[in-house]
Amino acid sequence: MSTGSLRWFKYASPASFFPLAGKLVPWFAVPAALLAAAGLYLGLVVAPTDAQQGDAYRIIFIHVPAAWMSMFIYVVMAFWSAIALSFNARLSGMMAQALAPTGALFTFIALWTGSLWGRPAWGTYWAWDARMTSELILLFLYFGYLALRGAIADARRADRAGAVLVLVGVVNIPIIYFSVKWWNTLHQGATVSLTAAPKMAAIMLSAMLIMTFATWFYAIAITLVRVRAIILEREGKSGWAGELAGAVQ
Amino acid sequence: MNEATLQASLADDSAWSGVAWALARDLKLALRSKAELGVQLLFYVIVVSLFPLGVGPEPGILRTLGPGVLWVAALLASLLALPRLFAADFADGTLEQIALAPYPLPALIAGKILAHWLATGAPLVALSPLLAMQFGLGGEETTILAVGLLLGTPTLSLLGAIGAALTLGVRTGGALLALLILPLYVPILIFGAGAVEALRAGLASGGELSILAAALLAAVVGAPLACAAAVRIALD
Amino acid sequence: MLVAQDLAAQRGDALLFQGLDFALRPGAALFVSGPNGSGKTTLLRIVAALTHALRGKLTWDGSEIEPFAPAMRAAVLFIGHAPALKEELSAEENLASLVGLHGASAEAPALADALATWSLARQRSLPARVLSQGQRRRIGLARLRLVSRPLWVLDEPLTALDTAGIDTLRATVGEHLGRGGMALIATHHAFEPTAGTSHSLRLQ
Repeated sequence: MSTGSLRWFKYASPASFFPLAGKLVPWFAVPAALLAAAGLYLGLVVAPTDAQQGDAYRIIFIHVPAAWMSMFIYVVMAFWSAIALSFNARLSGMMAQALAPTGALFTFIALWTGSLWGRPAWGTYWAWDARMTSELILLFLYFGYLALRGAIADARRADRAGAVLVLVGVVNIPIIYFSVKWWNTLHQGATVSLTAAPKMAAIMLSAMLIMTFATWFYAIAITLVRVRAIILEREGKSGWAGELAGAVQ
Repeated sequence: MNEATLQASLADDSAWSGVAWALARDLKLALRSKAELGVQLLFYVIVVSLFPLGVGPEPGILRTLGPGVLWVAALLASLLALPRLFAADFADGTLEQIALAPYPLPALIAGKILAHWLATGAPLVALSPLLAMQFGLGGEETTILAVGLLLGTPTLSLLGAIGAALTLGVRTGGALLALLILPLYVPILIFGAGAVEALRAGLASGGELSILAAALLAAVVGAPLACAAAVRIALD
Repeated sequence: MLVAQDLAAQRGDALLFQGLDFALRPGAALFVSGPNGSGKTTLLRIVAALTHALRGKLTWDGSEIEPFAPAMRAAVLFIGHAPALKEELSAEENLASLVGLHGASAEAPALADALATWSLARQRSLPARVLSQGQRRRIGLARLRLVSRPLWVLDEPLTALDTAGIDTLRATVGEHLGRGGMALIATHHAFEPTAGTSHSLRLQ
């Protein structure tokens, strides 16, 4: 590692990270908007109509990236949680706190779009297939984290309790997914699989990839905005935040 | 006895001594509050009895629902008992003393959870064949169900303890505990009820029960550690 | 020896104290006083290795104190506000249980003896449920003689004690200090142990 790495540790304090986060937001927000525009154009306008599913399949351009992000964000939360517990770092706890609402939102979007997709494609809004059921449980895990944080008054304790919860959750997610998949195959007769996406033409894949990056950049941008708000809220009483508030006024 | 001798003498079998201390004390306490234990078992019976009242007494339906109902009721009964695991000790200051004891905290917690399961989970397992009969389950099905519950209910206690430790002192405790823990219970439920389903489908259920056993082993190792972290966070 | 340098603590958002320095040597007791909410309990809990300090350094025999560190758990006997008794157990059972938790063992005669010292001989077999506040506190204090630790951290030990109880406490702490032990005691009214040196610290 170059000597530059020592420089990065200074950003581990919320006070130093605050302005950095502010500067970084446009670098992610603008590309996110552009990528989303490009991806949606490709997916909704340019990509061909599917032979079997017609135009209804186009919702996967939102559904799949949302589902991927919902999982990815939880793993990132687990990463920050591990750091928060190991190093007793305030900022890491704040990052996990900032990520959770976005993760929950993507999970909800994945569930909602999946449900909308199911109706025209297979005639039912909700079929208990493995992926959707696992996604539903992931939503409960996110809600659990948010509820636990909300119920604990002391922010530091909430950081650490939430961190333990996320780490226990991240270990259990593969187990839960595996068990739900097994449950699904056991009861095969009664279920419909929503996992059969249409055969992907190259352009559909490109659109999917672009949308994935768009959602990823959006998640980063919104998390940076949220963590700034959290930093102000939690460090509010200390000098530098007061000065900042004074300067803003 | 000076500090060094104390540390040395405890290092040897300190984990087992810790388990023994917690197990003995918590069992003694449980036996002195038999009324509380009875209530929890009664809850299990009542919940199970609600389902036929809800879906009708037709034997075919009940037989299909049976394993699932008995398992879900076991999960709910387990949730009911969990807050008591740490709450009393937390309130009267014993939990602080436990966290400061020279024994490893995970060992002390493991002892508490074991006592908790013996007092709340084991009776449930013992009662299940009787309730299975109410749902018209056959002999072999009942055996698979009971073995599954025997392997699964300790895991429920272990996982639930993590939730109980995380929600110590929180006002909405019980409901929040359910929200936190039920997603983690899903695999146990799936494999436990699924074992009986597999039997019905003509497959051997050894696989599902092995998975439950593996889950129990993993929980025995991992849950006390997670609980210890959560207890320390609550006391901080 | 216990040394604190530039210690600061907070509870929630409130800063309780900062810039605290003190040293506690064998044979000495430090009495911490101050108005309610000034951080006495927090200070004691930091020393007992239950919670983090906000800033500053706290060392025991040269090594820094980490919450729940094994070295501290073997060195400290902490008696907090709550007496840590189980309602369903008798006085004797409670005492035996606590002593066992601290890693010591005590036979029935030793337990009876300890309870008698604190005027609890007649309440030995009564469940804690029926005992008064003062009696419960005395059961908790009874373990001081049965468990051997160099550093005692006592939070408001005088609560609900009558004059006889206070005298017994003075003697118990005095013996401990005389053997080279140390004590950190939070209390509204300082008391004079029968031996050892006493210092006081006032939190604002």
